[in-house]
Amino acid sequence: MKVEAYFLLFLSIFGGVVAAIYWIVSKETSGSIMLLATCFLGALPGGYYLWWSRRMTPRPEDDAKALPSSGAGTVGYFPGSSIWPFVIGIGALLVGLSMVFGLWSAVVGLTVAVFAVFGVISESRHGGVSRH
Amino acid sequence: MALTIDRPVVAEHHEDEHGPSGLLKWLTSTDHKIIGKSYLITSFAFFLMAGLMAMLIRTQLSGPNNTVVSQHVYNELFTMHGSLMLYLFAGPFAFGGLANYIVPLQVGAPDMAFPRLNALSYWLYLSGGITMIAGFFTVGGAADFGWVAYAPLSDAVNSPGAGPDMWIIALILTGFSAIFTGVNIITTVFYLRAPGMTMFRVPIFTWNMVVTGILILIAFPVLTAALIMLWADRHLGTHIFTVAGGGVPVLWQNLFWFFGHPEVYILALPYFGCVTEVIPAFSKKPLFGYRGMIFATISIAALSTAVWAHHMFTTGTVLLPFFSLMSYLIAIPTGIKFFNWIGTMWRGSIDFKTPMLFAVGFLVVFLFGGVTGIFLAAPPIDFATHDTYFVIAHFHEVLFGSAVFGGFAGLYYWYPKITGRMTRESLGKTSFWLMFIGFWVTFLPQYLLGLRGMPRRIAVYSASTGWGGLNRISTVGAYLLFLSVAVMLVNFYVSWRNPILAPDNPWDAGTLEWGTSSPPPHHNFYSIPPIRSERPVWDFNHPEHTTFGLHAKEHAGEEHAE
Repeated sequence: MKVEAYFLLFLSIFGGVVAAIYWIVSKETSGSIMLLATCFLGALPGGYYLWWSRRMTPRPEDDAKALPSSGAGTVGYFPGSSIWPFVIGIGALLVGLSMVFGLWSAVVGLTVAVFAVFGVISESRHGGVSRH
Repeated sequence: MALTIDRPVVAEHHEDEHGPSGLLKWLTSTDHKIIGKSYLITSFAFFLMAGLMAMLIRTQLSGPNNTVVSQHVYNELFTMHGSLMLYLFAGPFAFGGLANYIVPLQVGAPDMAFPRLNALSYWLYLSGGITMIAGFFTVGGAADFGWVAYAPLSDAVNSPGAGPDMWIIALILTGFSAIFTGVNIITTVFYLRAPGMTMFRVPIFTWNMVVTGILILIAFPVLTAALIMLWADRHLGTHIFTVAGGGVPVLWQNLFWFFGHPEVYILALPYFGCVTEVIPAFSKKPLFGYRGMIFATISIAALSTAVWAHHMFTTGTVLLPFFSLMSYLIAIPTGIKFFNWIGTMWRGSIDFKTPMLFAVGFLVVFLFGGVTGIFLAAPPIDFATHDTYFVIAHFHEVLFGSAVFGGFAGLYYWYPKITGRMTRESLGKTSFWLMFIGFWVTFLPQYLLGLRGMPRRIAVYSASTGWGGLNRISTVGAYLLFLSVAVMLVNFYVSWRNPILAPDNPWDAGTLEWGTSSPPPHHNFYSIPPIRSERPVWDFNHPEHTTFGLHAKEHAGEEHAE
């Protein structure tokens, strides 16, 4: 977990330092703000990982001497096949196309997408998802 | 090859293999391998379309005062050629296709972390791609303002019609798709690695995908925001990018290139990863400087966020020394990568199979692209060559070098794993040499044309310019490239109709994806070897070459006996 944290924090610190230098030498707003945003983007997950890595027992994937059997147990939840991502995609496309064809397309698209999101949620609750 | 140690949980579940079949399988699958294949096929189709557009462009430019296509159609063609190649081929082919398929295999995961989100990424990408192509069928034609859509050329007055709007929507949709895939890959690598697969044993290909994912998260939100602003300018009467209402057109360039330069590395880093897998496998040596490679990748990514304005030197609104210095700095980590690639090949027993040929082709082509990139990072040279064919030749060397040479190296390398079949070496080598020769014949004349002042994005030129001869040579080269891709398609057709089945590990490579069957079973692994280095399968197959390999095999036996 620590390597992941340091990796993100490095990008964050780099973004922060460059943002500071860039602001001092150029006083240009848009670029400085985007670099600062890059700094935050690394700091949030990186800081979270660092905070968490000090409170957890080391994972087998961080242990250089771990055996395959030490990963025994549930790896995660992996859905089987599902039609809903396709339906959400259609909904998103219709919402997007409303920017060309008018609002009616967004109404249809949002309806489809919301319907599909409920589909995904109920699918997760009522099976169709296998444990691994 | 038999791997004897079970990772018990993954091995027990195979009930999902009996899911839907036929078209419904492709519509509903959340398996990263099916989605990866969908990505590969779709992005390759976009590559072929964009390639055909390039053929039309080169035919139009083959002589002075040509009228193969009208000027308006020519503008649409080069815009869509660039957009398709960059947004719909180069990125998704590696990051959606190869990464989707290979990354979970390389880290020993049963699937991507969010399988349904992964499927959604693909559908957003496909619908975005179709939307972009559909622009051709609108009344005003497709977008025709170049793939960079500079304001004020892209506003409602200069580019009216539905085509440009569809281009904007297509980029928003594919942008979300890229962001979702980025989140998915980062989470997969951070949370679903096999036991013993520490971050410093993760193969470089996967490392590069993680870094690319971070870059996507940095860059794509900026593009999406800029596109929504552009749309608001076009339809809601805002004046963010128009001078008339007090806006700043050059702000578009700042926003676009803050996305656009990391985007160049989003397109290149995955292909660096492909090449970094291919070269050690065919040199029969471990990668030289594994950690140096990782730090070089991270440095390239970090620096790429601070060089965006080197595309804007001639606007006169940017700080030249800062961006010039930062651009030069990128040459250092890139140089480290070249050093390590060559160090890996040095005194290795190199086997020039098709993937290795493409990888070496990548090294040569990308080196030239990189060196001319250093020229262009110098403002005095950039002022003289900006918006000429010199720049065209430079970025085709960089992007064709990485996305096509590097990408085809990866495709030929993993083709046996993905399809379970071998490609034909003779056809593969023919397509490589056609491509390598065709490439130089196409793009070397373009450097010279650029130095003789031929501007980019012009549809016709008069005979008095003297550009006709070099353009004709360049067009012949482009037809050679077309031929080489045709040979490659024949190769795939032959392997489909007349299959030679692939063994699990045809190249005797070392990373984990070669430790499962070809193609891999549902949820990827029946068993995983102990992971003690960055090439666990090599350690397992060649215990005599490792200090711990024999021990691992003994241990495997013991555990199996239990």
